[in-house]
Parts: sequence; structure tokens; C-alpha cells
Amino acid sequence: MSALLEVAGLEVAYGHIEAVRGISFEVHAGEIRTLVGANGAGKSTTLLALSGLVRARAGSIRFDGEELLRLKSHQIVDRGLVQVAEGRAILTTLSVKENLELGAYRRQDRIGIASDLEKVLTLFPLLHERIDTMAGNLSGGEQQMLAIGRALLARPRLLLLDEPSMGLAPLVVQGIFRTLGEINHDGLTIFLVEQNVRQALKIAQYGYVLETGRIVLADSGRRLLDEPKVLEAYLGG
Amino acid sequence: MLEQQLINALSLGSVYALFALGFTLVFGVLGVINLSHGTVFMLGAYAALQAVTRLNLPLSAALLVAFVFSGALGLAIDVLVLRPLRQRQAPHLIPMIATIGIAIFFNSATQGLFGAENLRFPSGLVPDQQLIWGDIQISVLEAGIVIFSFSLMAAMLMVMKKTQLGRALRAIAESPKAAALLGINVEGLFMLTSFIAAALGGIGGVLIALYSNAVFPLMGQPMLHKGIAVIILGGMGDIRGALVGGLFLGFAEVLAVAYIGSTMRDAIAFGLLFVVLLLRPQGLFGKVLERKA
Repeated sequence: MSALLEVAGLEVAYGHIEAVRGISFEVHAGEIRTLVGANGAGKSTTLLALSGLVRARAGSIRFDGEELLRLKSHQIVDRGLVQVAEGRAILTTLSVKENLELGAYRRQDRIGIASDLEKVLTLFPLLHERIDTMAGNLSGGEQQMLAIGRALLARPRLLLLDEPSMGLAPLVVQGIFRTLGEINHDGLTIFLVEQNVRQALKIAQYGYVLETGRIVLADSGRRLLDEPKVLEAYLGG
Repeated sequence: MLEQQLINALSLGSVYALFALGFTLVFGVLGVINLSHGTVFMLGAYAALQAVTRLNLPLSAALLVAFVFSGALGLAIDVLVLRPLRQRQAPHLIPMIATIGIAIFFNSATQGLFGAENLRFPSGLVPDQQLIWGDIQISVLEAGIVIFSFSLMAAMLMVMKKTQLGRALRAIAESPKAAALLGINVEGLFMLTSFIAAALGGIGGVLIALYSNAVFPLMGQPMLHKGIAVIILGGMGDIRGALVGGLFLGFAEVLAVAYIGSTMRDAIAFGLLFVVLLLRPQGLFGKVLERKA
């Protein structure tokens, strides 16, 4: 199987601080892949570079064969690479409905949008109940559902998620991960960045461990869960 | 003659609202207090004056000239000055100070080119008829100003509330980063906003120049101060706030002149503003909200 996303030698620096130091990884169509690591390892920076919000200093990001490195954020969304950012990036002063409508910002196909909206509201019935609520009044878990639902409305070919578990209660996290599993089962490719290493490796077919800007381990999710170094560093021994 | 005063206040307030609309739009979307807005307003009046006196264009065409000229200037200010500052992530005060520089530059250049004296639009450009309705008189110009400002505000509110463009602008106002991740072309909408805001400022400049029968290089400065007061009163970045704030200031000034005396005009108007802000520091429509990264 050829890779949907191929990242090679990616380097990102903020001034003199090298956040990402030449990492290479790929994501194949249909799978869930994860990039795990501690706070400050460079996970979010990697995702921001994929979405064109920070400029890479070197390397290449090929999506379905096309180089994304010089594209603008909105052009990357057009290609089908859609990100749910860290902290959910919900627009708190807009209603749930307006947030969802903006998910489809780049699309013109009214009928397709309407049917996708229906699907998202079936997937997250809680959002349906609160459709006219200001998004800022939603709970953290509901906001995460909204963020994912909004991204789905862009009709992504690859969904990037930055720490969907952040700040959520364990039960809520489980619910979110179950939903991600379902969405993937329906055919959507997912690249998940997580600090919640156990949950992420359980759901992902394949994972990478990032430490201070470098990938130090790469293996199937199951094997990484049994890896002594991972156990010791991330799963409390 | 209260009715007549109310009519005067309505037309003056409409001009303030029109000026404040562009001002508040730029603040809301770009997060910049654009202190060159008064200058763009003044240059709109000069552009229209040139169109009328040199090219013999009718008023409608002159308004269009002002719209395009001021809009292009606003666009140029965004692309050449504000965007480089954004890309370097300059702190909030820096773009504001840069716009003071722009204002001083163009105010001086205008004075150098056209002199400091008052210029006037030729008489007869606007029919000087009065519309009479019982005891109330309103000039064609005043009626035009009120109708134009109100319909523009209504259109703008509709766009912001009901359209995908409006939602995108509100998204940028809350978080440019979140907006970009949704596929919104943030830089493109910054440019559009800068153009529209400045173009409306230019139209405002022509209208007030006709209303007060004077075009001069510093005509934008008092307007700028009032504009700042209006958007603070209305709530920074809020369109309804620009309308209500503009009308409030117009009414306060006209009624102060009518019942207290013209020397006290600004003292009364700004005193009232102060009282309102004591009671409601975030402004009439303002939300207590921090801008996110």
C-alpha cells in the first residue's frame, strides 16, 4: 500500500529553537496512525507544519503525491488535509450550528453539505440537542465533539487530531476514542497526536514516539505498548 | 423645535456611525486600532472633490471615485504596513503606532499638495431642496446620509449574521488560527476588510464634506477622536455598537448645542460617554472577551 501522507526530513524552528529536528513518517490510507510523546516534544509543531500554519525549515510533506510545503493553510484544507487543533479551537462566540457550517467553508455542494451535517448530528446526538447554543457554553467533551464534527464537514481525506483527550475526564476520552474508531471504520484515515499514550497506541495500527524533536521509536501500536522504554517513560512502568 | 433637533442629530449621528463602522470592522477583524482611518476619510473627500472639479463628474461618480480611491489606500496600508508587522508578530501597540505615522504622512502631503485652506464642493452638486413634513425640515443631503448609513448598517449586519462570509469574519475576529484551520483564507479576508472599511470611510468623508461644506487636510482628526469614542461606547468591534454609539454621540452633541450652548458641545457629549462607560466598561454591545492566539 502506498502512503497517503509522506513526511521526510521535516525540520521546524522557532528562531533558534529547533522544535522538530528532521523527522520522517508516513500515514497509509484507511489506518489510524499516531505520534505520541511528552509535552514539548514537538508534536503540535509537526501538525501545525502539516497544516501550513508554521513554515518548515527543511524537508518535504507529500500528500497523495503532491508537495504541500509551499501551500497556504486554506489550500491544504482544499486538498483534504483537515486538522482538529490542540485545545479544540472552537469558536466560542458562534453557535454550534455556525461552527459546523464553517467546517464546510471550502465546499459549494449544498446537498452534500446538508447530508454530511445530518451524519455528524447522528454521530454526535448531543450536538443536535444544542445546535443553537453558543459554542462557548458547551462542556469540554461537547466542544471536542463539535471540533471533530466540524472537521468532518470539510470532508477530509486525512483527519489530523491534536490531543483530543486534553483536559477531558477518562470516560469522555473513551467516548471520543470510540467515535474516532467508528469514523475510521467508515473509511477515514486518521493521524492522531497524543500525550495520552496508552489510549492512542490502543487505537492506532502504527505509532511513532517523538522525543525532543526526533522520532526515537516506530512500531505497531500493540508492540509499542509492550516496549519496555515506552512502558517506563509514558505508561508509568 | 425638538423634532428639528432630532432630525439634525439623526443625520450627524449617521455620519459618525458610518465612520465608526469601518473603524470597528478593522478592529474586530484585524485586531488593529487603525488611527489612519481619519486620514483615509479626508482623502476620500479630496478624491471626490478632484473628480467633481477637474473631471466634471456628477456626485454619484465622485462617490464611486472616493470609494475606490480610499479602499485602494486601505488595502495598500494593510499589505505594505500591517501585514509585514503581522508576519513578525509585532505586539499590538506597534501597528497602531504605524498607523499614526501613515496619518501624519498623508495629512502633511495633502497640505503640501492642496494647501491648508478650506476647499468646497461647487454649489448645486446636491439639490438644496428641503423636504418638509409638518414642522420638520430635512435637506435632501441629510435624508440621503441617513438612508445611506442605515441601509449600509443593515446590509452589513445581515452579511455578518447570515452569510458564510460573515461567519468567517467572526471566526477570524475570535481566532485567526482556528479560522485558518477551517480553510478560511485569513489574509485574503484581512485585505477585503481593509478595503471595505477604508472605502466606507472615504464615502463618509465626502458626505461630511458636503454636510459641513468644507474639505481641509485635518478634517479627519476630530472625526477620528469621535470614532474612537463611538466604538468604545458601542463595544469594540461590534457593528450594532457603531450604529448606536454613533447615534448616541450625534444626539448628545446636537442636544447639547441646542439646550446648553455650542461651547459645551464636546464637553457634554464626552461627559455622557464617560458616564456610560462607568456603568458599562465593555461598551453597550461589547463582550468581555480576550482575543486568542
